[in-house]
Amino acid sequence: MLDIEIDGKQVQVPAGSTIMEAAQASGTYIPHFCYHKKLSIAANCRMCMVQVEKAPKPLPACATPVTNGMKVFTHSELAIKAQKGVMEFLLINHPLDCPICDQGGECQLQDLSVGYGGGSSRYGEAKRVVFQKHVGPLISMQEMSRCIHCTRCVRFGQEIAGVMELGMAGRNMHSEIQTFVGRTIDSELSGNMIDLCPVGALTSKPFRYSARSWELSRRKSVSPHDSFGTNLTVQVKNNRVMRVLPRENEEINECWISDKDRFSYEALNSSNRLLKPMVRVDGALREVEWNVALDYVAHGLRDIVKNHGGDSIAALASPRSTLEELFLLQKLVRGSGSDNIDFRPRRRDYSSDGKLAGIPWLGMRIADIRNLESVLVVGSFLRKDHPLFSQRLRQLAKVPGNKISLLSVAGDDPLINLHQHVSVAPGELPLSIAAVLKAFVQISGLTTSVDLSDVEVSEGCRAIAESFLGSGPKAIFLGNVSEQVSCAGQLHALAQELARLSDASFGFIGEASNSVGGYLAKAVPDRGKGHNAYEMFAQPRKAYILMGIEPEFDCIDPQMAVGALKKAELVVALSTFKSNEADMYADVLLPVAPFTETSGTYVSAEGRVQSVSGVCHPAGECRPGWKVLRVLGNLLDLPGFDYESSEQVKNELLPEGSVFLEGLSNDVALDIVPLSVSRQGLERIADVPIYFADALVRNAESLQKTRDASAPVARLNPATLKDLGLAANDPVRIIQGEGSVVLNAVADDTVPRSSVRVAAAHASTAALGEMFGTISVERA
Amino acid sequence: MAILGSINPLLTVGLDGDNAWRLADYVKRGGYTALRGILAEKVPPGVVVDKVKKSVLRGRGGAGFPTGLKWSFMPNYLPVEKYVVCNSDEGEPGTFKDRDILRFNPHAVIEGMVIAGYAVGASRGYNYIHGEIWEVYKRFEEALDEARAAGLIGKDIQGSGFDFELFAHHGYGAYICGEESALLNSIEGKKGQPRFKPPFPASFGLYGKPTTINNTETFASVPFVLNIGPEAYLEAGKPNNGGTKLFSVSGHVNRPGNYEVPLGTPFSTLLEMAGGVRGGRQLKACIPGGSSAPVLPAQVVMDCTMDYDSISKAGSMLGSGAVIVMDETTCMVKALERLSYFYYEESCGQCTPCREGTNWLYQIIHRIEHGLGRPDDLDLLRSVTTNIMGRTICALGDAASMPVQSFIKHFQDEFAYHIEHKKCLVPPEIQRAGSGFFKATF
Repeated sequence: MLDIEIDGKQVQVPAGSTIMEAAQASGTYIPHFCYHKKLSIAANCRMCMVQVEKAPKPLPACATPVTNGMKVFTHSELAIKAQKGVMEFLLINHPLDCPICDQGGECQLQDLSVGYGGGSSRYGEAKRVVFQKHVGPLISMQEMSRCIHCTRCVRFGQEIAGVMELGMAGRNMHSEIQTFVGRTIDSELSGNMIDLCPVGALTSKPFRYSARSWELSRRKSVSPHDSFGTNLTVQVKNNRVMRVLPRENEEINECWISDKDRFSYEALNSSNRLLKPMVRVDGALREVEWNVALDYVAHGLRDIVKNHGGDSIAALASPRSTLEELFLLQKLVRGSGSDNIDFRPRRRDYSSDGKLAGIPWLGMRIADIRNLESVLVVGSFLRKDHPLFSQRLRQLAKVPGNKISLLSVAGDDPLINLHQHVSVAPGELPLSIAAVLKAFVQISGLTTSVDLSDVEVSEGCRAIAESFLGSGPKAIFLGNVSEQVSCAGQLHALAQELARLSDASFGFIGEASNSVGGYLAKAVPDRGKGHNAYEMFAQPRKAYILMGIEPEFDCIDPQMAVGALKKAELVVALSTFKSNEADMYADVLLPVAPFTETSGTYVSAEGRVQSVSGVCHPAGECRPGWKVLRVLGNLLDLPGFDYESSEQVKNELLPEGSVFLEGLSNDVALDIVPLSVSRQGLERIADVPIYFADALVRNAESLQKTRDASAPVARLNPATLKDLGLAANDPVRIIQGEGSVVLNAVADDTVPRSSVRVAAAHASTAALGEMFGTISVERA
Repeated sequence: MAILGSINPLLTVGLDGDNAWRLADYVKRGGYTALRGILAEKVPPGVVVDKVKKSVLRGRGGAGFPTGLKWSFMPNYLPVEKYVVCNSDEGEPGTFKDRDILRFNPHAVIEGMVIAGYAVGASRGYNYIHGEIWEVYKRFEEALDEARAAGLIGKDIQGSGFDFELFAHHGYGAYICGEESALLNSIEGKKGQPRFKPPFPASFGLYGKPTTINNTETFASVPFVLNIGPEAYLEAGKPNNGGTKLFSVSGHVNRPGNYEVPLGTPFSTLLEMAGGVRGGRQLKACIPGGSSAPVLPAQVVMDCTMDYDSISKAGSMLGSGAVIVMDETTCMVKALERLSYFYYEESCGQCTPCREGTNWLYQIIHRIEHGLGRPDDLDLLRSVTTNIMGRTICALGDAASMPVQSFIKHFQDEFAYHIEHKKCLVPPEIQRAGSGFFKATF
């Protein structure tokens, strides 16, 4: 530790700190623009000039390391003169358009100019004009004359997002922040640049000119999308969510959020919201009052139970529902005499059910990821499935010696400095982990009971095994694909064995905000008693309750799911949005509140319990899901449905004040069956595109205009294309089961051979079957 | 011709003739004896550094930092790749010496760089040549081929076990790439923008590895330092200012060109060698060290000797040795306007004071020159320059400010006259008479 003095105040800071860090530790504010704690030091704004004893010139606090006994003066005459001088320079070419600037009221330049700027300008020349840039639907670069060249956005792209989409071109005062000619900003973390911009140069396109920052009330919330538990600040005006910003939490999302978290709020205000209950009358859905709709549901369910038995009812919930909703739904279903309840609609293999020692989770705390040295991610479209988790791995990979490997089904660049990137067809994933296991056993000399005699070890798998030999902290993460493929159980067991031998932690990244919470809520069928999310459609039921889910997009086999729903006598959908498909199969639509309009709890991948309150009142006649289920329980005369608040529901599941969930374990008692490749025909690889992953993003207007939301194509390896006698860019017919769709074929050599990559969760592919099932392709 | 005049020259001896730049000619002049001697006798690197230190060879690029001292900063003990980089990005207005060294004596630079590589423990070198002198770059490449073929660079040089590979790299003409850390960024393929220092290149240089950067003339002088011995080299100049130096004399003289003279030679002698002021006119002012050095009025500069200490005492800098001579026909406002335009145009745009300040300075001076000056403009200029100086990442901010400050200081009456009367103190016909350009069109 070094002892230094800042403005006469004694401060102790660790060696290697900068003056800026020391000042922040001591509570002294030094004005700055380009400095950001999470970005590299640029020292280009020169606003943080301070006086240091014995230094003849003022020094930038952000870039000057402290030395023992250093005396720093942040408000001396020299320092103030330097800071005011820089402020004058920053303002001479900055437009005086604060009254119409979207940043007004939350602008660092505006704030600091109060303290360091002059009352009038000595600059009487013409001001610089910078032309606007068009960079996509999310970020507006309309007023680039406001840019003060701090390069935070540039450094964010290079360092955090992993892709340099913005750069500073040109030189002198005419240097400009821009993308490479004609390109758009497509990073899934791009919105953070808006937060980082200290002035009004980069602004949020969806939010522009809709509110002033001081009109907005800031309310805490948690992201309902991925499993990260991202903390949000939701800003509300007149009971309407105007925008979403990150809420800093160093243990989770640091100060970032993904574009999905940031811009999905548009869906909350979309015209597609379901605002009134609807019941099918004479073949068409009609708006009715709540009591009518609920009575209809209660009677319908009662009749079906009476006529066909409790087992004829099934309920499927979205893993993005709150803990309370999931719990009440299973209570309702079980109270009606059924055990057909699930919240894992994109799962195909349930062989681990009943063999788990606890609730599957990430296997470690998110904050501990930074301590890892070797990581293997299995089966994941990292960036698109888990933007912020990938960001953590990206930073981890920058530490020399750390080795991050990806074993997956696609060659998509995760923008991480990977040690190894192996991509194989989905059916070969177990063999590939087995290969890593075999190589590890061979090199380490340890023994395993798994029969690996037929497994061939590839170069890549051997290199992955080598990276797991060290004694440092290691982890294996199973991604969404690993849970969706038909060999999920085997992957789980193999990962467990590899983790056991290599002394690594292992776990599931988890698809959605309550992928862990659903198990706690018992929203899964008891082994051998009920039907899981796949079986309930494979063996059609008479009545279905759908909660927050659109089976045509959210199920592993939409063809089968929609088929079963259409045949059912009663389909009740608790939904936030209207949908054309629901018109075809739903008999009752109950408008339930999205995450901003209900209280509820999310349990993230690391087992963190986060409860949120609604940030505004439910729109229209929307009601929180837990209230709807509670009343339904009353109408069905089920015992134990007397909750007054969502806290009461939660308290039934969790001890009060729980921060982390108890009973988490990834141990599975599953035998590894002999490994072999048995494949016929082509295998489908289905990614869930980032902006189609749930109903909220599917209804977010601006996100739907991004490149990531472009319509799916059929990606095939050029060799596969040749084998099939097809040419790139040909329209091809993709057939699965009874459904077929016509897509354009695209040659993509990152797709493993004998596979076809066709995205799921999109209207144009909803007619297809299983996400990782067999598929055939023919000329259209 | 390589050189128009010299006094006791070292670097430019025997450079007449078309093949003077070739290896054979260089060897005939005694070239590569210093390198061969070091390698044959296995002189410890520390001894080489000490010799260079003793010679007080000071950096010829502008700052005048002692070369031997700079070399001694290199962490010789670290078993990592180290680099030697030659800065031939000669962009300072008025300077044209490195171009001629590379054109007429490239092997001296190569030998100097290999010796430097040996002394600091580097095995790779780059010569960054600015893009406007393409033929020179090509010739340097040819010289490199010759040296490589003769086993003077490459693997196991002269059987000594010492490896040193040398590459030429050409820039694209940004002045800022002459700043050493911007130059390193440029070699790395990044945008030529200076890095914040510390860390200095000796600890974090090219590709993050320890790097020594010297000017072309500095490297070219190294073989001569070792050939004649550090003591003799120091004596060739004056105390604390070892050796001879090339001066690029330009402006209103009869014979503009490069002159090699011992440091400490009186300015008047240099001016005389350059044929005196053109047309026998009166000397008005002189910028003694390239456009970023403060201007000196005639009476001051005539008393100076051409060395680091004397010029610095007079309030300017020897800089790169670009002597810009201005006679009585010069309008100092116009001259400053042109200089300020240069710095405005060449500011890299990275840090605020320079990016915004150089533009502001130029705009004010441009306004004064065009009869739109305001009474408080001179105070404003002084204030803006003090706000730039010492506040920037690299020295370009200072370089842009010093001419402004010195022009206003020494020629305040001309600026005041311009502002008050909206025209030049020097009548236009006299300006025209002094201008070669206007004469041609008369």
